[in-house]
Parts: sequence; structure tokens; C-alpha cells
Amino acid sequence: MAVASSDTAIRSSNVTRTFIYLFLLLFALFYLMPLGIMLVNSLKPLSEITSGGMIAMPNEWTIEPWLSAWSTAQIGVEPTGLRPYFINSIAMAVPAVAISTVAGALNGYVLTKWHFQGATWIFGLLLFSCFIPFQIVLIPMARILGLLEIAGTTYGLILVHVVYGIGFSTLYFRNYYAAFPTELVRAAQIDGAGFFQIFWRIMLPSSGPIIAVCCIWQFTNIWNDFLFGASFASGDAAPMTVALNNLVNSSTGERPYNVHFAGAIMAAGPTLLVYIVAGRYFVRGLMAGSVKG
Amino acid sequence: MAATDPMLDSGADFRTRLQTWLPKIVLAPSFAVMVIFVYGFIAFTIYLSFTDSRMLPSYDLVGWQNYERLFRVRQWDTAIINLGIFAGLYIVISTIIGLLLAIFLDQKIRGEGFLRPIFLYPMALSFIVTGTAWKWILDPAIGLETTMHRWGWESFQFDWIKDSDMAIYTIVIAAVWQSSGFVMAMFLAGLRGIDNEILKAAQMDGASNFQMYRRIILPQLRPAFLSAFVILSHLAIKSYDLVVAMTDGGPGTSTWLPALFMYEYTFTRNQMGIGASSAVIMLMTIAAIMVPYLYAELKEQK
Amino acid sequence: MTMMKKLHLGVAALAISATGAVAQEVEVLHWWTSGGEAAALNVLREDLAGGGIGWTDMPVAGGGGSDAMTVLRARVTAGDPPTAVQMLGFAIQDWAAEGALADLNALAEEQNWNEVVPEALQAFSTYDGNWVAAPVNVHSTNWVWANTALMEELGIEQPGSWEEFVAAMQTAQDAGYTALAHGGQAWQDATIFDSIAMGAGGPEFYQAAFVDLDPEALGGAEMVEAFNRMATLRGFVDDNFSGRDWNLATAMVINGEALFQIMGDWAKGEFVNAGMTAGEEFQCFRVPGSEGTVTFNSDQFAMFNVEGDAADSQVAMASAVMSPEFQIAFNVVKGSAPARTDIDPSSFDACGQAAMADLAAAGDAGTLFGSMAHGHANPPSIQNAMYDVITAHFNGEFDAETAAEEMVTAVELAQ
Repeated sequence: MAVASSDTAIRSSNVTRTFIYLFLLLFALFYLMPLGIMLVNSLKPLSEITSGGMIAMPNEWTIEPWLSAWSTAQIGVEPTGLRPYFINSIAMAVPAVAISTVAGALNGYVLTKWHFQGATWIFGLLLFSCFIPFQIVLIPMARILGLLEIAGTTYGLILVHVVYGIGFSTLYFRNYYAAFPTELVRAAQIDGAGFFQIFWRIMLPSSGPIIAVCCIWQFTNIWNDFLFGASFASGDAAPMTVALNNLVNSSTGERPYNVHFAGAIMAAGPTLLVYIVAGRYFVRGLMAGSVKG
Repeated sequence: MAATDPMLDSGADFRTRLQTWLPKIVLAPSFAVMVIFVYGFIAFTIYLSFTDSRMLPSYDLVGWQNYERLFRVRQWDTAIINLGIFAGLYIVISTIIGLLLAIFLDQKIRGEGFLRPIFLYPMALSFIVTGTAWKWILDPAIGLETTMHRWGWESFQFDWIKDSDMAIYTIVIAAVWQSSGFVMAMFLAGLRGIDNEILKAAQMDGASNFQMYRRIILPQLRPAFLSAFVILSHLAIKSYDLVVAMTDGGPGTSTWLPALFMYEYTFTRNQMGIGASSAVIMLMTIAAIMVPYLYAELKEQK
Repeated sequence: MTMMKKLHLGVAALAISATGAVAQEVEVLHWWTSGGEAAALNVLREDLAGGGIGWTDMPVAGGGGSDAMTVLRARVTAGDPPTAVQMLGFAIQDWAAEGALADLNALAEEQNWNEVVPEALQAFSTYDGNWVAAPVNVHSTNWVWANTALMEELGIEQPGSWEEFVAAMQTAQDAGYTALAHGGQAWQDATIFDSIAMGAGGPEFYQAAFVDLDPEALGGAEMVEAFNRMATLRGFVDDNFSGRDWNLATAMVINGEALFQIMGDWAKGEFVNAGMTAGEEFQCFRVPGSEGTVTFNSDQFAMFNVEGDAADSQVAMASAVMSPEFQIAFNVVKGSAPARTDIDPSSFDACGQAAMADLAAAGDAGTLFGSMAHGHANPPSIQNAMYDVITAHFNGEFDAETAAEEMVTAVELAQ
């Protein structure tokens, strides 16, 4: 947050400032509304919800829904709660984020510092791949995962997320490294440093902000994915979003909304945490490169 | 650009030759993966759009039949019109709100560190998580409308989600909620990157705040505008979870979007051929937006 | 990749030793994830566990099973189908046509399924005369659910005709109640339409329009009349019906805010959970006009081609599904009728017993029809095309005549 604007040139009157504060607070309320409703209702007994008053504060506070969602709610035939799926999601997201980030960093490094014929084309093709609608890849992807014998496993899911994550991670790193002085790379080369040495000693140490941006972006997308998770890893390897959907979207049965909301907040927990803790690096990282193009 | 050309100083020894090839070797896996998993699959989809595939892929060609049918299906028209309304409003409103929030936050605001994550967090949540909450808020019987009535504002009315003509606008509201904070972050980054000295000089020349923003600051944010536009338009075209979670296409079929259409026809209705043809049209739309941007962007770099 | 595979095998081996080394296993894809349903399915799991057969659970909820069907396609394409898959109606026939389903004839013959399963149901469980699926239940969809206290308060008797039905709802509306609790989602609109079309046109019309897809029936006078009746019903729902979940509509009847709801028999569970008793605090009766007929949908376990040990487990599972014990245990919880007609009804409540009697009678009289709304009258492409028209009409986009014309066009495009 401590950005180098030593003294803002724009000055404004007190009336304007009051207006600005009001505006920002109003929007903050708007942004908080859905999360607030989820939180309030996850702490109510079900009878209070169904008897109306879905937006009111609880008369009787309870953490029962949270306990139920975590460890006893019915996800499939067994009342396991969301806990095992939470672990699946971690086991999927962490390697997928790590691999796609490393690949993106290397690609960005090659594309900006080791120009060769066709590099621009390759980058263009990679970038366009970010925009492919995921629905069309389900069937052919299933075939390939089947051939590799990793269908229905966490490994298969990691592969899928890495494949479709590389486009964005390359985009971030390429834009960031484009602004990195090439002279430094060349000087190191003259000193006899090799390809990986330069990457390791010169590029990586200054890549903090963009690594943060890339990890936040990838983690959010991968953690929140439902379509791939449901299609390629249902059952024991199912990620959190699929389990949450099973909890919330059961078709013809009773609906304990308070448990649904508690589960939803749990499923959102890690990404929320990442945004709150690492959010400040996000703006900094964006500033450092990707927005400037 | 003064790019290093490792070819120039390539010696005869193995190590140097390896160094020459390393960059390409490093890039090769990503390239291979992309050719198969992106462009191979796109080619496959294009092929499917000319076949009579229904439940599973079939390889019997039927010419343009799927495209002809596609354009006779009423929901496809609805989906296209909705996408126009949705994408237009969503991109414009998110950009305006994101820009305003960024400008206001940039005024040395107390508690910026507290407000910024609040604006940013919706991007962290999927609509599987927030869908039910949104349905409740927008539902007149339990949400905003009743609450306002209870607080004494009896005439307050907000039942768009129940109204076929207005429901698509509630989708816009939720979508803007999700991504305007992210747009704000991009603009904030842009604003923080502007050189203060220029602004000070302009102020000495007697420029008003408004003039400074219009003449100096906004033009400098052009890259941020472009990035925001690309990211928002790709999110708009891909929007799927959001509609499923909030209205599931209803009331009636009034909130169908092309991504929903594609999924419905391919997987629910067992008309994979028509689903594939709608996907091809979506891809062409994306290409129409992206290719000029990419071209401009990459030409600049050369 | 070999590295990955080794890792994977290692983990799998660990998982097996951790759960106590089961040699035989069934993998079951289903969307019964709500508490009661899942608990009912657990009966089956424990049953199999007793015989030393493990259960790998693959629940995929959402979209009334459509998400599960997407997953299934991914699994089959990957060359790794589950052992058994919960399926509805035409999906079974489509998969059988792909040659993906196993042959259960030996078991069916041994246990005499041909005799105990109604013919209308067999039409879905068999393909080319071969058994490919084991039916679990029969839901019937043409039920009205009513609040007894409210009926008494308003002096309403159980209506015996469409006119009396309308009159009863008018009385409730005049007294300030919601006459018909309804949720405006396409499948719910279509569920009502099933019963209304049956009432307006009778069984021959239902067969011609929804099963034979005869354009003359689809665009004919009976169809227009059915849409007119839908418009009448539209006048009896509250302003806030659109998008409402069906169970919230049921809650309106339970709480005495609304008089009737037209819904399948799964609604019964909601009343029972609220501590009400069938025939006492709440009533169930056939949608007026559709008496004597039953529109049904049936959950079945379709069995996929698997080899070796898995095939044995599969047969064991099919046998367990068809056992009277499971049929009773599951259907008492689920609110539906058993798929076999030789089950002792004494453990079912009043509505359950009525359902079983109606089912047997309709089966004999040839008035047992697959529900269009639930994918048992025509394939999904046509079913959804009909949904589009029905829901668009219900939301006021068409008048009745246009809707009937649209029905013809929509069906033509979907074929």
C-alpha cells in the first residue's frame, strides 16, 4: 500500500472529501451485503429462516450449522461433511498453482529475454488460449485423461488446471519481464552466466509482486472451478466446490439453508483469506507490470 | 527492442549450443500443451459442429444443418440479444464504478487498507458460493423489498428478478458486484503509476481537478482501460455460473446467455452438434474482439 | 507420466489398505445428496457391505441430474464408466443404444422381474428385450397436496372435477389466501402442465401429443385448452412465484398460507418432516381431471459394461436394489411407490398406499404414462423444447393459440 506518491497533487475541499467518504462507505456496504447475509443466516436455527425473516439478525445464535457443514452433513451416502473435500481441494490447488506459476515465469522469461523467430506468434496463440470456453474441452479432455489413465484422480485435475492456467500466468510474467532491463541480462551473459542461472539469480529475486499476482489469480480460479472438478474428479477425489454443490443443490429433498451458508463460507474461506492477506500485493503487482502492457 | 541474440556468440562447444537451444526447450512443453489442448480441441469442436453428434461425438458429416437449426431456435436469439445487453451494461458500469472507486481511493483516504479488500473480495468468490444469497436479496418476498417495507418505505418496489423483461438487469447487478472491485485494482495500479511531477506542474498552471483528470490522468490510464475491457469482455462471454445460480435462465427463458445455451444443448438436451455450432460462433466472437487487440499489442512490442 | 502413474497407484494402494481391503466394489454415480435421500441410499450400501462389496460413492447434484449426466459422459469418454448410474427414462435408452449398458437378463429371469415390474416401467428398464437397469421407485407426478385445516376453514371439499378445482381455488383467493403454491421454474411449470394436459385431453391425447409427437395433437384444440387452463392457474399463484424452489412452495401449504400445490410425491417428505400426517393434517389427491391415470417418473440404476469381479458385484447390487426390503426402506423415506407391484403396503402411509393402489390399477388399465416433465415421455431434446414453450406461455410471452403453434415448431426443430 505504501506507494511512492510522496504528495498527491490533487487537493480537495472538505465537502468533496465528505462526499467521497460517503460514496466509498455506501459501496462498501453494497459489497459486503451478500457475505453479511450468508454469515447471519449461517448462525441461525433453521426454523428462524423458514418462518420468514431471512435478513433479520438471529434471535438465537448457534454454531450448530457450522459444525454440521464441516463434519456431519450428508454429501453423498455417508455423512462426512465438507472436511475431506477441503483436503482434496488443497491437494489439487497447491501443486496446480505452483506448476502453472513456474511455467508462466519461465515462458515469460524466454519470450522477453531470448527473442527468437516466431516468439511473438507463440505468445499471441498462448494469450488467445485464455479465452477458450471451457465447456467445449470437456469431452476431448476426458478422452485424453482416460488415455493417460489419470481420469477421476487429483492428478488429472492438476493437469487440466495447469494446462488452462499457463495462458494467464505467461501473460502476467511476460508483461512484467518486458519492463525488466534487458541490459542486466546481457551483462550477466557476458559474465558467463547460463540460462537458468540468469533466471534464478537475476529475474526471480525481483519477481515478488508478479508472483503474488499470478498466485492469487491462479489460486482463485482453480479453487473456485466447478466444471472441471465435477467432470474429471467426482467421488473420492472431488474438490470442495463439487461437494458444496452436492450439499446445496440436492434436487428433491429438504434444504437446511443455514448449513448451506456455513458450508459456502467455508468453501470460500481460503480464497477470501488470500485476498485479504495478499490483496495489497495485488495492486502493487498489477502496478508493476501487467496493466502497463 | 534490443533483444539479446544468443546466436551471435555461439561457440562450437556443447555447452554454448545447449544454451542456444535451452530457451526453446523450456518453451516447448507449454507450446505443445497449447497446440493439443486448445487449438486441437477447437478444431475438434469445429468438426463436431458439422456432424450429427447427439449424446456422444459422431463422425457423420451433415454440412451446415446445425447452423441452420441454431438460427431458427428462438432461445439462441434470446441468448444473443441478452449477451448484447448484458455485456454492454456490464462492461460500461464495471468500468465506471471501478474507475470512480479507484479515483476516490487515491485521494489519501483514511482506511484505504480496510476498504480495498472489501471492494476486491467478491472476485474471490464463485457464484456457487454467493448464488443463494443473491437470490434472497433480489427476491421481493424475502430480500431488499420486504426489508425496505419493514423499515417503513412502503412504496419501495424491486421485483426485477421475477419480471421477464427486467431479470437480465439483475444479472448485471450481481456481475458488476463481482468484478468492479477488480477493475478498481487495475485502475488504482494505473493511477499510482502516474508521475506526480506532471500533475504538480499542471496545477501550477491553474488547471482544476476536473481538467487534470480529463486531460492528463485519464489518457495515461489507456493501458488499464484496455486490460479492463479485455478481461471484462471475456468474463461476459463466458458468464455461466452466474446465470445458473441466480435464475437458471428464467423467468421463462428470458435470461439465457450463449454459454448457458451451449451447455444446455450439448449436455442436457443431447444435441451436441447444435451445441458445437453455438460454441464455434462464440469462439468467432471472442476472436473478433481479441485479434485486433492482440495485433495492436504485439505490433507495439516489435 | 509414468512417475505420476506410480504415485497414483501408490496412493490408491494406501487408500485400499486404509479402508480394510475390499476385493469387490461398486462405483455408483447418483444425485441423491439431500439428508433423507442419502440416508435411504445408505441402506443399499450397508446391504452390499454385508456381502463384502465395497461402495465408492460418486454424488453429483444439480439440475435434476443433468450435471451427473455430464459427468457420466466424461467418464464413459475416458473409458472408465461407473458400475451403476442413477438414471431417468430416456437416458437409459440412449445409453443402451450406444451399447454401453450391461445385460441383466440372467438375474431378471431368476428373480422373475418380468412379472413384478409394471410394463410401462419395463419400457425403460429394458432395451431390445434385454434388462439393462434395475428400477428403484415410481414417483407419480399428478398429485395435489392440500392443507386440511385450511380446507375446513374455507369449507372446501376435495374437488372432483376441473370446475370444482377452480371454484375451490377461487374461494381461497377471495379469502385472501394464495390458492396455488407454485415455484416458477421450467420443470415445475412442466410438472403442472403434465397433469393439466392429461385432464384437458385425456389419455389418448397425452399419448398422441407427448409420446407419439403427432403434430395434429401438438397444435390441436386439446392443446389450446390445456394452455387455457394453465392461464387460469396462472391467475391463482401469488405474485412472487417466479424462481421459487418447490420446497418453499410446499412450505406455503404447510404453513397454511396456500391451499394447494401440484407436485410429485417427493413433496410428501416435507409435510412429514414438519410433523404432519398424511390424510390428517394434509391431504393428497389426484389432480382433478386426471383421476384414473398416473403420470410417473422412475429412478433406475443403469448398469454399465464392466468386467471381471466388478460384474459380479454389479449383479449383486442389482439384486439388492430389487429386493423387497430395500424397495420398502427406500420408498418409505422417499415418498414414492416401489417399482415392484408385489410389495406389502402396510409400512406405507395413507398417501403411499393410495399411490401403490393407483399405480397397480393404472398399470392394468393401460393408463400409466411416463411423465413428459420428468423425461419419461420423450427424449431430452424434445422435453426441453416443450419446457421452453410451456414456461414462456406461463410467463405471459404467448397466448394459448400461439403456444400450441410454438409447440409444433419447437418439437420439429428438436427432432
